Amino acid sequence: MTTIDAIVSDLEARFDDVALGHVRAWKQAGSGRLAIGCLPVFAPREVLWAAGALPVFVRGAGDRLETIRGDAFYQSYICHLPRSTLELGLLGHLDALDGMIFPNTCDVIRNLSGVWQTTFPQHVARFIDPPQTAEPASAAAYLRHELTALHHDLCARSGVAPTAERLIAAIADVDAAHAAADELAAARRAEPWNLPVDEVYLLRRAADSMPPAAWAALARAYVAAARRRGRKPEDRIRVCLVGAFCEQPPRALLRAAERAGCYIVDDDLTQGVERCGPPPEVGDDGDPMAALALAWLRATRPSAVRYDQHARAGHELVARVRACGADGVLFAAPSFCDPALLDQPRLTRVLDQHAIPYTAFKYAENTGQFQAIREQAGTFADSVKLWGTA
Amino acid sequence: MSKQDAAIKKEASMEAQKGLLAGYFARLGRARDEGRPVVYTFVPGNLVELLSAFDVAPVYPEVNALQSAMRQRSGGFIREAERAGHSEDVCSYVKCDLGMLMKGNVGPTGDAIPPPDLLLLSFTGCFTFMQWFELLREQYRCEVAMLHVPYVGDGVVTDAMRSYVVEQLQREVIPKLEQVTGRRLDLDRLRELLACSRRAEDDLAWVFRSARHRPSPIDAYFGGVYYIGPIFTSFRGSEDACRYYATLRGEVEERLAAGQGPITPDGPLGDERFRLVIEGPPNWTSFRDFWKVFHDEGAVAVASTYTQVGGTYERGFRHDPARPLESLADYCLSCYTNLPLPQRSQILADMVREYEADGFVIHSVKSCNSFSAGQLHMLREVERLTGIPGGFIESDLVDARYYGHANIKNRIESYLQMLAARRAGAASAAAAAAAAAEVRP
Ligand code: SF4
Ligand code: SF4
Repeated sequence: MTTIDAIVSDLEARFDDVALGHVRAWKQAGSGRLAIGCLPVFAPREVLWAAGALPVFVRGAGDRLETIRGDAFYQSYICHLPRSTLELGLLGHLDALDGMIFPNTCDVIRNLSGVWQTTFPQHVARFIDPPQTAEPASAAAYLRHELTALHHDLCARSGVAPTAERLIAAIADVDAAHAAADELAAARRAEPWNLPVDEVYLLRRAADSMPPAAWAALARAYVAAARRRGRKPEDRIRVCLVGAFCEQPPRALLRAAERAGCYIVDDDLTQGVERCGPPPEVGDDGDPMAALALAWLRATRPSAVRYDQHARAGHELVARVRACGADGVLFAAPSFCDPALLDQPRLTRVLDQHAIPYTAFKYAENTGQFQAIREQAGTFADSVKLWGTA
Repeated sequence: MSKQDAAIKKEASMEAQKGLLAGYFARLGRARDEGRPVVYTFVPGNLVELLSAFDVAPVYPEVNALQSAMRQRSGGFIREAERAGHSEDVCSYVKCDLGMLMKGNVGPTGDAIPPPDLLLLSFTGCFTFMQWFELLREQYRCEVAMLHVPYVGDGVVTDAMRSYVVEQLQREVIPKLEQVTGRRLDLDRLRELLACSRRAEDDLAWVFRSARHRPSPIDAYFGGVYYIGPIFTSFRGSEDACRYYATLRGEVEERLAAGQGPITPDGPLGDERFRLVIEGPPNWTSFRDFWKVFHDEGAVAVASTYTQVGGTYERGFRHDPARPLESLADYCLSCYTNLPLPQRSQILADMVREYEADGFVIHSVKSCNSFSAGQLHMLREVERLTGIPGGFIESDLVDARYYGHANIKNRIESYLQMLAARRAGAASAAAAAAAAAEVRP
């Protein structure tokens, strides 16, 4: 039986391995293996995995690296993620990757794809614009076309045959990891005192660059070991953390918020590796790519970077708060993040209608000061405990 | 010619444009009474010919924002939006528009802007547009039509992209327009409008290309933003626009024949000392002061990228009445900010060469990630491609808090001094080389 300490220490080592030694090791363990970097948040993991490529989420370097050269690429009013991502590339830390996928998450990532093309011509850089449309038939056909082209390109490089069977198997693998992620989320909601946010976060970040089945086994081992801790619940409020879906807050910030009196029982920190809707259903036509495209279009998980077709984002947040039994919402957005920040007023108006308390702060991935956030989260927790409102 | 003569000369096209704008706002004011549905949409990649085919009244929130800024009203609107919870960090165009809405939606001319019957969301070249319309939809609760124009990330407009846009036009946009207007699309009418667009586009492209002459008869950035007004907004496809661009072309032809430079707010520019290419949107809150920094030094913008956000006419794009929907799709896909950074850098470098520019300046605005994220990299790329050092200045579009006149003036003056020193160095090196060649046996 693996102890919780051993698991957490492995997770920490993996998290700190910014040069992706573990990805290199995975590639060396088999012939023709590829690793493909994916910027947040849309990543066609099943397509990559079916082509023999390990999907590797690149979510910036956080506070694990000092950004020096990356800063020379951006003005002060641009968020931090593209700077540290470039720093990783310039230091050779992403050399284990055979290519990078840039989804149309926002104009910053969109433009980063161009910076990447000229800065790292040796990397294959691919841009994917997942449809944001109310017209599903043409959107599904377009996305299917884009994913198929990607699949064929990657298969040509890895030497794997681009068959429907392999794609169906990859969909099943990724779905099994999603099931384990669901169990992890449920365990955290049930016993946040045994599954602290920064550990669970490390585990979820491990999913960024692990084969799906191996991660599912690790997640289950962690949940079992964490539950055995048998800690007692503390007098803390339960909160949903909203807005940190791309540039990641430092782990210390998550810890600070939790220690200030909040159990973070739901968040959107690692969007892209978790389920965003019902799994793809391969129809009678046996076309798994069409099923994948449709699954994306039918995704139900709310996101600031997806068109909110039915104007439901606020109500979905309320439902999410209720589902995880949260007492309130912590809006945590990266500074200068237009998608996260533009979404907030729309969401808070609906929270107000439902008398759900919230507070909001901004951060950068390399923030080193947490006192203000600790105080803000602490005051928020106290007022919710005292008056049920912030 | 005296300054006054020049001012009178300027007025033919300027007056025509003023008339167009006044007519536009007057028609907008009558739209409700006349039973014309009102459609809000965005400038880059707009489908104005399609809207005109349905005889709807288009409203461009960005244009309202920039007009408010030029009339010094944007600050109050932005503060209003920030009071309502919008972050200081986000695009000021959005906040200016939302603030204007909160203050009764009275437009730049003092007339109330009618609410939309349809929000036509086509977010070409900017992701923020999508959220802007989500915020407007919350206020208006009207019909929304969404056109997703894929970003041309790898630099090539593919058949798949074109078909995808055309299908959305057929299945989403046109049916919604048919629904709100109660009429069917008349494809022949659309073709006529597109043919008309093409004529105006030819004239506008000619006007911009006239800057290849020395001296340039136009300023393609500060003057250029006026030239693009009608064609980037409601007038493309109209006979009015054709007349306006024919008049403008005639004026520029005259200036060209007379060897005259561009007309600035302080009169005609006498001595063209520097030819520049400019990237990025202008500052609207201090537009005249901003321009003055350049024309005081004899610096003329011979080309700019901002004048391509609503169509790359100068680089050859034309609407094609023979392929109406495909042509609308190509138009949306090829707008400047829908192109990837390597292509944008190449366009800048090509313009520096084609227009024989002495240098290029990037004006980076805090609001606009679509333009700004990556511009420092573009600066280095264009320097590498042209061998010419670039200038870099920062402010904002409509938020006056980020416009620092003294700072911009200092930077531009230093940049131009550097260009002058470079030119003097090159001239003395050339003279030395010529002298060396002469003494050689
Ligand atoms: S943090 Fe926000 S603005 Fe920055 S890259 Fe991510 S989504 Fe874009
Ligand atoms: S981000 Fe730029 S292009 Fe987009 S709405 Fe704002 S100013 Fe316009």
